[in-house]
Amino acid sequence: MATKALAQAPGAEPTVADRTVWQDARRRFLRNRLATTGLCVVGLFILCAVFANVLAPEPYDRSILSDTLQFPSARHWFGTDQVGRDLLSRMIYGARTSLIVGFAVQGLAFGIGIPLGAVAGLRPGSWADFVVLRIVEVMSAFPAFLFALFILSVIGGGLLNVIFAIGVTSWIDVARLTRAQLLTLRERDFVQAARALGANDRHIILQHLLPNALPPLIVMLALGIPSAIFAEAGLSFLGLGINDPIPSWGKMVGDSMGYIRVYWHVGFFPTLMIALAMLSFNFVGDGLRDALDPMLRNM
Amino acid sequence: MTRYIVGRLSGLLFAVLLVTLITFLLMHAVPGGPFDEIKQPLPEAARENILRKYGLDKPVWEQYLRYMWSALHGDFGIPFQSPTETVTQLIARVWVPTLQIGAVTITLSYTLGLLLGIVAALNRNTWVDYGVTTLATLGIAVPNWVIAIWMIIVFSITLHWLPTGGWGDPAQYIMPVTAYALAPMALVARYTRTSMLEVLGADYVRTARAKGVGAWRVITHHAFRNALLPLITVLGPQIPNLATGSIFIESTFRIPGLGRYFVTSTFLRDYPMIMATIILVAVLWGVTYALSDILYGVVDPRVRLTGRG
Repeated sequence: MATKALAQAPGAEPTVADRTVWQDARRRFLRNRLATTGLCVVGLFILCAVFANVLAPEPYDRSILSDTLQFPSARHWFGTDQVGRDLLSRMIYGARTSLIVGFAVQGLAFGIGIPLGAVAGLRPGSWADFVVLRIVEVMSAFPAFLFALFILSVIGGGLLNVIFAIGVTSWIDVARLTRAQLLTLRERDFVQAARALGANDRHIILQHLLPNALPPLIVMLALGIPSAIFAEAGLSFLGLGINDPIPSWGKMVGDSMGYIRVYWHVGFFPTLMIALAMLSFNFVGDGLRDALDPMLRNM
Repeated sequence: MTRYIVGRLSGLLFAVLLVTLITFLLMHAVPGGPFDEIKQPLPEAARENILRKYGLDKPVWEQYLRYMWSALHGDFGIPFQSPTETVTQLIARVWVPTLQIGAVTITLSYTLGLLLGIVAALNRNTWVDYGVTTLATLGIAVPNWVIAIWMIIVFSITLHWLPTGGWGDPAQYIMPVTAYALAPMALVARYTRTSMLEVLGADYVRTARAKGVGAWRVITHHAFRNALLPLITVLGPQIPNLATGSIFIESTFRIPGLGRYFVTSTFLRDYPMIMATIILVAVLWGVTYALSDILYGVVDPRVRLTGRG
């Protein structure tokens, strides 16, 4: 991989031999305007999530019943909801909920998926491989979103339950990709060469297999975060996700459906946040894919 | 080939069986059911009677075996939310709107997606291409119910052109289908574009051009056919997705379809309906995945169908 990238680097700068594949990827990523814009927006979302209590003008759960369903004004920039809570504050706190779900689900997916995929991929044909493959096969027969809805109907809503319900099917693709990566890499010439030179398993796994299996997994991680946010927003929109008073963009939209004919702003502003978050995270993910795997540029 | 198909189908059967088992066990592992005292205070005798009627007083394994035995005979029980009909009847009834929307959506999104993808590929790196790519990114990234709500705000509430929801009138088709079709259309356009670009750069297309084949004929006879190939595996699985309906579109536009009933079933813990829907979707998905792999092997003889990757 490293040598391939060097051979392909078109610029004849003298430093080219010193650049690692990661530095090349970073250069490619930073040159991608869409991806860097996405990264800036993602950065803003992260700031909102971390400093929500500083940035939000009001606590997310303070309801002023004399101020219900206010239209946007100087005091409430985005208006108030049906129980008189400041929408701007709830949208800022909503970033926290979305990001917690996004990162936690990916933590779960990779925490389960990578070990299982590695166990299967390092010893193909073993009983461990067989067991993992069967589990993956059965789990992928579950319609993921219906299953998440069903799980939440059984165990009830709430932040942790939502993370569990989405995470329980999200590791399958990670395990499958890890296994497939290891299987193809094992046969590659540089691994065979290392083995022929007497390298032990530990060295091969740490120095050759892991670093080379990493780029597609990073892309999967980056694109998995928005899809978890997508799922959370959807579940909460339907009313089976996050519970009040914790703010969730999806729930804010879902709750507003009864008032939308007149008080359109209650649902509209949260949908903007959802769309913006989905687009920016996807741009970053796509940018990473283009940067890490120049061969797939057109996809 | 036959061996591959048999292997694939038996694997599918096994997976669906386990899906039913896991779903069934999960439903019974947690206390609280449709006849909870909190929701419906009933005298003890009446409660027992109802539990007996639905077989909920038997041990779990017996309930499961009984359920599977009936299910194999096409009897999925009686939905708690509508006890005057069977689950099969209810699904048959509510599947109609879903299939109608799905059929229109598939036709619209695949036709437009193919066209847009080809146009984008032929005008690579022009504003047409960028426009299609932007539209595709929007369609894939933004959830369809978000787009649906924007459409409701613009076309129903502001302009008063279209109804906000409901089912039956042709005008009530327009927004659900448009919001629903955007994502698959974007996906089709994106893959068609990539696939066309790849094929247009291939040697046999250059050869055809060198022989003096007309530009249009090169596209229809040489490029397009081969560009379609990868679409089978990518887009085949989209079909059951659309056929089982978008939960969100149906909920947002108040369409009495399968997806919306699944949501009410989860709220009401309507076990027979939940089980039947999950089985239905799992079977549809599994069969489509297997079929698209097999079909791909038939269409492209270079793909050898051995074990699973």
